[in-house]
Amino acid sequence: MASYETHEYDVLIIGAGGAGLRAAIEAAAGDLKVGLVCKSLLGKAHTVMAEGGVAAALANVDERDSWRVHFADTMRGGQYLSNARMAELHAKESPDRVRELEAWGALFDRTQEGGILQRNFGGHQYPRLAHVGDRTGLEMIRALQDHGIHQGIEVHMENTVVSLLKTGERVSGAFGYEREKGRFKVFSANAVVLATGGVGKAYKITSNSWEYTGDGHSLAYHAGAELIDMEFVQFHPTGMVWPPSVRGILVTEGVRGEGGILTNSEGKRFMFDDIPELYVNQTADSPEEGWRYTQGDREARRPPELLTRDHVARCIVREVQEGRGSPHGGVFLDIAWIKEKISNAPEHIRRKLPSMYHQFKELADIDITQEPMEVGPTTHYIMGGIRVDADSQMTAVPGLFAAGECAAGLHGANRLGGNSLSDLLVFGKRAGEYAAQFAEENEAVPLDTAEIDAIAAHTLKPFENPADDGSGEKMGPYDIQTQLQEKMQELVGIARSQESLTQALEEIQNLREQAENVHAIGNREYNSGWHTALDLDCLITISESIALAALERRASIGAHSRDDHPEKEEPGAGKYNTIVNKAPDGTMEIRRQPVDELRADLQEIIDEIG
Amino acid sequence: MAKATFRIWRGNADGAEFVDYDTEVSEGMVVLDAVHRIQAEQANDMAVRWNCKAGKCGSCSAEINGQPKLMCMTRLNDLSLDEPVTVEPMRAFPLIKDLVTDVSWNFRVKEKMKPFTPRPPDAEDGTWRMEQEDIDHIQEFRKCIECFLCQDVCHVLREHDLHDEFIGPRFFVYAASLEMHPIDTENRLEELKDSDGIGYCNITKCCTKVCPEHITITDNAIIPLKERVVDQFYDPIKKLFRVFSR
Ligand SMILES: Cc1cc2nc3c(=O)[nH]c(=O)nc-3n(C[C@H](O)[C@H](O)[C@H](O)COP(=O)(O)OP(=O)(O)OC[C@H]3O[C@@H](n4cnc5c(N)ncnc54)[C@H](O)[C@@H]3O)c2cc1C
Ligand code: SF4
Ligand code: SF4
Ligand code: FES
Repeated sequence: MASYETHEYDVLIIGAGGAGLRAAIEAAAGDLKVGLVCKSLLGKAHTVMAEGGVAAALANVDERDSWRVHFADTMRGGQYLSNARMAELHAKESPDRVRELEAWGALFDRTQEGGILQRNFGGHQYPRLAHVGDRTGLEMIRALQDHGIHQGIEVHMENTVVSLLKTGERVSGAFGYEREKGRFKVFSANAVVLATGGVGKAYKITSNSWEYTGDGHSLAYHAGAELIDMEFVQFHPTGMVWPPSVRGILVTEGVRGEGGILTNSEGKRFMFDDIPELYVNQTADSPEEGWRYTQGDREARRPPELLTRDHVARCIVREVQEGRGSPHGGVFLDIAWIKEKISNAPEHIRRKLPSMYHQFKELADIDITQEPMEVGPTTHYIMGGIRVDADSQMTAVPGLFAAGECAAGLHGANRLGGNSLSDLLVFGKRAGEYAAQFAEENEAVPLDTAEIDAIAAHTLKPFENPADDGSGEKMGPYDIQTQLQEKMQELVGIARSQESLTQALEEIQNLREQAENVHAIGNREYNSGWHTALDLDCLITISESIALAALERRASIGAHSRDDHPEKEEPGAGKYNTIVNKAPDGTMEIRRQPVDELRADLQEIIDEIG
Repeated sequence: MAKATFRIWRGNADGAEFVDYDTEVSEGMVVLDAVHRIQAEQANDMAVRWNCKAGKCGSCSAEINGQPKLMCMTRLNDLSLDEPVTVEPMRAFPLIKDLVTDVSWNFRVKEKMKPFTPRPPDAEDGTWRMEQEDIDHIQEFRKCIECFLCQDVCHVLREHDLHDEFIGPRFFVYAASLEMHPIDTENRLEELKDSDGIGYCNITKCCTKVCPEHITITDNAIIPLKERVVDQFYDPIKKLFRVFSR
């Protein structure tokens, strides 16, 4: 019999980023008992790193903005594969969710009139991103955290959930370990909300931290929920490329929003060379017009640097492949040039982009007010994820909800910058609300203790696996992780093909076998090797789902590019989402589901705004 | 590639010691990279906290060659590699294991402080009007990434161990961000004087020196708060005024 502590809740939230905290606050609004579990310390989740801003049609800077335009922008950005109901709710509710943060102490940058200031970002027609310099995520998570700690929520920091618990069809709780001593904890709950973030650690070059091992995706998958559109992994066009140790760290799109331009080794602004049809009417004709746009000229159209991320990333890859890259295999991102336009440029840059200034100064010895940065694509975000009901965020498993980056539907084939932070708030709140409702309306179900013993034994297996299998080549947890990252980067990265993806699936299968026998040294106390060994299962599961979905979508659309299928739609296939689930025999299944026809009133908006 | 030696604190509350690790170092590496390389290649079970690797989350605080710093923002270029680089956990907090300490006290302190309490909204849509220049100085405080390095160096906590009577510089910054918030209506001065122990701070400025966010903790947060406390509780004329205006 495994020994463990038990904690009983009405609602259990797994994850304490923006989505988890917002869900917890909502669930705790009544008198339910709410527990919150996270892998790191409170306030350190990925949300803290978001830089550019949170998108909401507040219309503080340009009164022409409205939820309808935000909706249309989101749908266009997602190549019309988004769940339209989610895009509608998101566009309608995000202004209130942002305003509410001010009531909890957040301090956004201000307009002249004293309201919340908004900035331009790729794919958004009007200045729409509420922000605080380039540390918006910090402001947001701190406001939620500082408000949340007074709502009676019980927080379990540095605890990792390794399995959901089910009783019959319903979710009944979760099983995890605390990092400090490695002791087990069982959480029983009437409803569970997954808010675990993304999957970036499946790739070698990423802006994501160790936490991003796709835990929520994998927990949900094993519990019987579906994953949709897993092939859509966002490669952010501007990550640092030099020095090697910082490769992948994000350079916010805010740099381009403030007037930064992309150039190649010939000094050419290559983004003007290729402007996708969907966007021709919205894109500037000349550098001059683009500059005016970034400075708030309402008659000007956006510079091509602010096209959607998938497109900008591909253009950068093209420049590098065709030999016009920067010395370390990227391109140049130049904000220093604005000194031609404004007199106090260095000071202006430092004020608008303080953390970028520091990041380059301290990590790369580069003064961005004087010289260009070198940038290249980095794995950043996953549009795909757990399939949920648009209104309630409930998954296919009764009582199991998901919100934030681990859930899917809003972003379709490509996410617009700033639409994630707003996603967390809008759907975090909804998940909390509906999870609370579910918990109130349904009787608690008893835990299945036999299942718990089996999970506990599995969790300790890495200590029991032999250190050596006699081959002298047995890989440790970090070796397996690195191998997986290299394979995913190489075979399931920006450019994919039938061949690369088939090979990837084979490699993943091999690594799965290795991972099952991986050995962890030491004991259960705060043992990073053991933790990494346990994360491997999630990483491998989601890697398989990404590769499988990428193989299924024989077309190049949004963030997904197939060298062997460059056309946007497979002839005759129509618009569809890919859906992955666990078959009764334990293997991974994939199918296509046609995208629902748009509601007439929403179709009208698209027809009108485009 | 060059080699360098890292002398890392290993062990737990029952006993710990420095262990030397030689590892390869290359251009642009920060201390956290070296620690990760050692962890991956030689010491899988080594405990270390990190998240962002870009100075934004405040997880990777440690003492490097005795200096409180973020490991992810300390470049090897700036250290002498002729001698072993020592990497130790923050000493003002109880050790959990290796480079990880128990910082939970900080979270308990914050929970006890009076939360943000705004005045009724200025506009019908539930929002407030604030001038940028009125919030600039609070935005400075809100840059705090809760790395707790300032808490680590403050002698009141580190040497005198007054954790029950003194909240430390991080939470003076937090108090200042609330007290000076243009729409907050709460008054926290009595707690600052009594349970929060602001009087213990003798303005050594060690906290300001180590803050990776360059927050001017002492001059901009602590001193103005001290002045407010004095104004409210010790200024004889104001005190009289209060007696009469009761
Ligand atoms: C550098 C960077 C900059 C960005 N900038 C922007 C921006 O400007 N605008 C924007 O809209 N978006 C931005 N994004 C994207 C956005 O920040 C993320 O998508 C978003 O913060 C995710 O929030 P979340 O609440 O879903 O998850 P997170 O904030 O990542 O939180 C996940 C939580 O789940 C916990 N967790 C995970 N697995 C487990 C487990 N097994 N057991 C227990 N707990 C677990 C983690 O500990 C963590 O608390 C940026 C992302 C990065 C990396
Ligand atoms: S200035 Fe005050 S708070 Fe800061 S380190 Fe010195 S005594 Fe501590
Ligand atoms: S005030 Fe500075 S040193 Fe102190 S916790 Fe905040 S960021 Fe760290
Ligand atoms: S890892 Fe986030 S501050 Fe160092």
